[in-house]
Amino acid sequence: MIRIFVDGKPYDIDPKKNLLDACLGHGLDLPYFCWHPALGSVGACRQCAVKIFRDEKDTRGRIMMACMTAPAPNMIVSIADPEVRDFRAGIVEGLMMSHPHDCPVCDEGGQCHLQDMTVMTGHNYRRYDFPKRTFRNQDLGPLLNHEMNRCIQCYRCTRFYTEYAGGKDFSVSKLRNLVYFGRIEDGAFESEFSGNLDEVCPTGVFTDKTAKQHYTRKWDLTFAPSVCPHCALGCNISPGERYGTLRRVVNRYNGEINGYFLCDRGRFGYEHVNSGRRIPAPRARKDSQTAEISKTEALDRFSTLAAAGKLIGVGSPRASLESNFALRALVGPENFYAGVSDAEHKLLGEMLAILREGPAPASLREIELADAALVLGEDVTNVAPRLALTLRQSVRQLLFDNAEKIGVPLWQDHAIRELAQKDHGPLFIASPYSTKLDDVATETRRAAPDDIARLGFAVAHILDPAAPDVPGLADDVRAQAERIAQTLKASARPAIVSGVSTLNVAVVRAAADVARALAMAGKQVSFALAMEESNSLGLAMLDPKPLGQAFAAASRGEAQAIVVLENDLYRRAPAAAVDAFLGSARVVVLDSLESPTVQKAELVLPSTPFSEADGTLVSSEGRAQRFFRVYPPAGEIQDAWHWLRDVLGLLARPEGLSWSKLDDVVEGIARAVPALARIRDAAPGAGFRIAGAKIPRAPHRFSGRTSMLAQIAVSEPKPPEDPDSPLSFTMEGAPVEPPASLLPFFWTGGWNSIQSVNKFQEEIAGPLRGGDAGVKLIEPAAAPPSYRNSVPAAFTPRQGEWLLVSRHHIFGSEELSAQSPAIAQLSPQPYVALGAEDAAALGAASGASVEVKLEAAAARLPLRIEPGLPRGVAALPAGFGPLAGIPLPLWGRIELTR
Amino acid sequence: METPLTAKIRPDGEMIDLAAYERAGGYQAARQAMQMAPADIVEVVKKSGLRGRGGAGFPTGQKWSFVPSGPDSARPKYLVANGDEMEPGTFKDRVLLEGDPHELVEGMIISARAIGAERGYVFLRGEYTDAGERIERALHEAKSEGYLGQNIFGSGADFDLRLHMSGGRYMCGEETGLLNALEGKRANPRAKPPFPQVSGLFGKPTIVQNIETLCNIPHIVEKGPEWFQKLSLTGDAGTKLYGASGKVKKPGCWELPMGTTMRELLEKHAGGMQDGVQFRGALPGGASTDFLTADHLDVPMDFTAVAKAGSRLGTGTMIVLDDKTCPVGMVWNLEHFFAQESCGWCTPCWSGLHWAEEILAAIEAGRGSTEHLARLDHICKMIAPGNTFCALAPGAAEPLQSALKYFPEDFERHIREKRCPWRDGR
Amino acid sequence: MLTPEEQREIEEEAAHYPVRRAACIDALRVVQKHRGWVSDESVRDIAEFLHTSPEDIDSVATFYNLIFRKPVGRHVIMICDSVSCWVMGYDKMRDHLKSRLGVEMGQTTSDGRFTLLPVVCLGACDRAPTMIVDGQLHANLDPAKIDQILERYE
Ligand SMILES: Cc1cc2nc3c(=O)[nH]c(=O)nc-3n(C[C@H](O)[C@H](O)[C@H](O)COP(=O)(O)O)c2cc1C
Ligand code: SF4
Ligand code: FES
Repeated sequence: MIRIFVDGKPYDIDPKKNLLDACLGHGLDLPYFCWHPALGSVGACRQCAVKIFRDEKDTRGRIMMACMTAPAPNMIVSIADPEVRDFRAGIVEGLMMSHPHDCPVCDEGGQCHLQDMTVMTGHNYRRYDFPKRTFRNQDLGPLLNHEMNRCIQCYRCTRFYTEYAGGKDFSVSKLRNLVYFGRIEDGAFESEFSGNLDEVCPTGVFTDKTAKQHYTRKWDLTFAPSVCPHCALGCNISPGERYGTLRRVVNRYNGEINGYFLCDRGRFGYEHVNSGRRIPAPRARKDSQTAEISKTEALDRFSTLAAAGKLIGVGSPRASLESNFALRALVGPENFYAGVSDAEHKLLGEMLAILREGPAPASLREIELADAALVLGEDVTNVAPRLALTLRQSVRQLLFDNAEKIGVPLWQDHAIRELAQKDHGPLFIASPYSTKLDDVATETRRAAPDDIARLGFAVAHILDPAAPDVPGLADDVRAQAERIAQTLKASARPAIVSGVSTLNVAVVRAAADVARALAMAGKQVSFALAMEESNSLGLAMLDPKPLGQAFAAASRGEAQAIVVLENDLYRRAPAAAVDAFLGSARVVVLDSLESPTVQKAELVLPSTPFSEADGTLVSSEGRAQRFFRVYPPAGEIQDAWHWLRDVLGLLARPEGLSWSKLDDVVEGIARAVPALARIRDAAPGAGFRIAGAKIPRAPHRFSGRTSMLAQIAVSEPKPPEDPDSPLSFTMEGAPVEPPASLLPFFWTGGWNSIQSVNKFQEEIAGPLRGGDAGVKLIEPAAAPPSYRNSVPAAFTPRQGEWLLVSRHHIFGSEELSAQSPAIAQLSPQPYVALGAEDAAALGAASGASVEVKLEAAAARLPLRIEPGLPRGVAALPAGFGPLAGIPLPLWGRIELTR
Repeated sequence: METPLTAKIRPDGEMIDLAAYERAGGYQAARQAMQMAPADIVEVVKKSGLRGRGGAGFPTGQKWSFVPSGPDSARPKYLVANGDEMEPGTFKDRVLLEGDPHELVEGMIISARAIGAERGYVFLRGEYTDAGERIERALHEAKSEGYLGQNIFGSGADFDLRLHMSGGRYMCGEETGLLNALEGKRANPRAKPPFPQVSGLFGKPTIVQNIETLCNIPHIVEKGPEWFQKLSLTGDAGTKLYGASGKVKKPGCWELPMGTTMRELLEKHAGGMQDGVQFRGALPGGASTDFLTADHLDVPMDFTAVAKAGSRLGTGTMIVLDDKTCPVGMVWNLEHFFAQESCGWCTPCWSGLHWAEEILAAIEAGRGSTEHLARLDHICKMIAPGNTFCALAPGAAEPLQSALKYFPEDFERHIREKRCPWRDGR
Repeated sequence: MLTPEEQREIEEEAAHYPVRRAACIDALRVVQKHRGWVSDESVRDIAEFLHTSPEDIDSVATFYNLIFRKPVGRHVIMICDSVSCWVMGYDKMRDHLKSRLGVEMGQTTSDGRFTLLPVVCLGACDRAPTMIVDGQLHANLDPAKIDQILERYE
């Protein structure tokens, strides 16, 4: 820490930060554009000018850009100096020279950094009296609007898109005041992180196209602290609602997880909530007729069913702990089954065991600091997208070390990139097919899952001979393992990443063994296992039984009824098996959207999607996070655990009587499952108050509350109550900042845009004040773990058969987001992929129609040629297409259709 | 009077080839330098007092001493000759490049030795096609003699030298913009620090030097620092290529002792003003220098004295303004150039210069107002040194602010009369 | 498609840089030398050849003024519009060229023979006014001289 003086007041700051960062960190209002906490300084906009004085005697001072200035002890700085204020006003005036001043029709209006900075600098009259430059806009696909006339040339968009996120299909063209940011031609962005441009752009050049369909100003949105439901990373989000529909999702900073950025699935997947496939009311099938019924009747039927005999409960990896636990309570733990395929269930169980024994799971922040990384068998971009963006940054860590050696501060973003050129730190990726991170990989290996595991075990053995050896390893694989091991050995903070992509236990074990070997060698290892759904790990922690056993029990006729919680079983098992299962007993389904499983139900109970629900999720990092409803569900829709509680009540079971609010269920879980005891601390309970008041979900400028429903009634309706949380649905409530887990949105005086997050952090880009949201449930184990002796045999291709593996797609593979129109547009068509050699051997060209025959099913699909796919391995898309429900890998035949 | 830089240039305009260059004593200095310790060469250049001829006048030897040396320092190191010469009114490097390319090659060989560079580039503006061909020829000749390539002059050192033809932008002359251009990127400038000497071309230690600067090196090494100091009339050492353009009788470029006065240049070498026109002022060293007026004619043209007079020596090639030429039109032309060449990186430059150009066009066309004059003053303040990312915009401010200072009446007349008083008379 | 000749020339340039992409401007110049200008298709071809994206190449191509992203005539006249030439009568030369060729600045004659463009200071200010035609310098211009020069280009 050093001391500097700003306008006469002393401030203690970290000398490694630039002066702008230091000033903002102390809450000082200094305007800026091109600087971004995650993108560093490039000194382009010249907005952050301050005066620096040589010493007390210096009265003239020198104008300098704070973002490009390294602070020095006792530095004398002025933000208020009239000359530099005039300069800053001049900068905004320059930026706004050709700006259309179209705030009334601009989607950024009211949450615009340019508006904020313009007000802050005092510029309010356009003196430029010549023609403005105008641009043609591009159609950038279903996610973002493009309005180049609003551009202020801060270069943040290209810096984020190409430099930070590694996107290729975007750039800056032309020069002077005519600089243009766009693609070479109209078309959808290729990067999975393009949506961040909406927040990175300080004005309205890039705005959310999905939100435009039902646009609402920030001040008229009601927000809630929420967690992304579209993968297991648990990125924090702020969804916003008005008039009972979800309008958009923006990033909610969490220093340990998503930081400043989300993936496009997380940002644009929300519209399944507004889908026409929502289940609006309870319904029941009488004879062959289906009809809506009242809540009372629904509960009546449900309780009658439940009282009549044994129930089988199928849980859900996308439902909250509370809903899953309520189901477990209803059916009894011995009848509670995992709502995932048996293969995934086994793998998740193994993952949970590994994480508990250690290495413990790392946060994205920890992984970002890794100086070497091995990705074993995981398609990170498509399964856990935000983690891919993190790995792109970790490959730069080594370069930061080099830069520091020659005295270049880490915030000097372009200087570091120029010094590093195309160099990057070590990243090794083994996967059956190409991945989006390959462009920053030091080496890649294309291999079948078992061979990927063998490579991993070989690395572990080289690192620590006590780890099992791999017999019969090919020379080139051994040499590569040797290179990987030596590189990891030379690193200080290696990251090891694996996950569910290959659905192969050995791969995950191998990754764990590598991490263990490194930990034994004293390395600070970051370990991560990617999982698919928002509560995959949470469900596993409730210790359900495998779904296959449910099928078996039902086929023995043991069950009176099957209760399926928020799950489409046709995604989990072959259709015939699911048909048989659901045909063997009476079926109750609780879900928010129509699905093939819902179609089979005799009784359908509409439950809430994430934006209308409260609950707790456990991320793949073992972090329990609470999410809160943005608005109350309509009609008789309610949280699944509410339905289940109500039935338990009718059955006079104790839970049904004692669970009056979410906290009670949380308490029930904490008592029943010791591993989940800490979920109590995931967020303050419903009784939490600040100065006696609840926390408002709506911003203080929320307008028209008393007239919003004036077409229905002129009297102001009573605001809805929320017994489950300490949040209110209106703008009334505590004016001060709540704990991070209860922060619905970022907004402070003068800072209306999302950049206001600066004002909520302990230090810029650090944790939110009071600590980031969530509690870690899995702590590093005390005893050093042992290695697993489970090296698989080498993969041998079969004559006339292929090992079919599944391949995830960020857009399309995940159930909920795939039902959002914008995401659906970006989803690929079903296919089967073969390597170039295998396709040639089959005599099939790209696009040819082929027949894929599995034991359980067969389908005709167009052929895709994936040059790198190993011989004997074929890939099918995960989660969609005619064979989506069949858990892979499996052996199957592929034939050219005539 | 000695003219070491231009002595070997043939009067017929053809290039001097390797044989003739060597007959005239060429490559002796290079041979000599190869026997010297690199640090000693740096020392000689430091002592000579040579200051960069590209416009900024930074002491050359001192710049070289910032290049990290020693076995652990980054490799390869680069030496780049800046032959972009796109500053309007500047036409001195072309004389050397077309007339005596071997002098440049020899200067680069020695400089590379001094800083330990293994690779070099001559960065040449795209329009200099003749110079390009001649440099290629000189490189070829030097390579076939073993003066370039591996183990040059038996010294054990390698020096690979290539010609790069620019895609064309004034920003390519700015040394860090040049580095980006050489890397095949947009010629945006880079932040300093880190300085190119530490992290330059492809992230490696790099020295960028003007053509004229490099051409001085062989002579300094051969004849010594004291000789070099004595060439000058003033404290800034050496000779200088001076030039004059505009309505003078004999526009041209001449090698003269550093510190020759503007008056001598104008009256003696340029033959005075053309008949019927009077001297009103001049940009002493290219488009990005402040106007000087008749009051300054006796200022010695060296770095120190011109700065004291309120301008810059710049490239030493002056552009003369006469009394039949509209100063507003001239400044408009200049600001049009700067606005057009702004790389678009920093706000004060891309916005300020565009605005200034619009205003000047309006004033020139009789559509200006006094409010516009206030704006021009403000823009000059906005683009002052330190306020912008690189020196392009502050350079653009120089002719503008000095024209406003020395020729206010001309601006006001345009506004008052709502027309350009010179328009039809020119 | 880049011709084998173009590929060879670009390859030769690329060999002299530590990273292949650095030959970007050289590649643009090579293509322009052979084809007169750089089409969208050429931008894509160069991108592929240098293992980068068309966006990346276009970003560079549109920065530099000697890279033509639009078709030009058989001969390109670039007349210096910078300060010394302006003082020495650039306006008149420009107007003469415009009326002689019947085009505005930036346009190509209808017979495709000439494209007329401005260029910044050609470094021949002592011989102002100046222009280059296909890279060849012509100095000390006057209208009659311009007419003679134009004759030489078919
Ligand atoms: C916009 C701009 C253009 C420049 N153009 C040139 C140029 O064409 N030639 C040159 O030698 N220096 C030019 N310079 C100066 C260079 O940045 C650099 O100072 C010089 O090449 C260093 O060489 P020297 O020390 O030998 O003068 C330019 C500077 C700026 C800001
Ligand atoms: S002053 Fe700024 S915009 Fe102008 S050329 Fe330099 S960096 Fe580019
Ligand atoms: S924020 Fe400092 S120059 Fe842009």
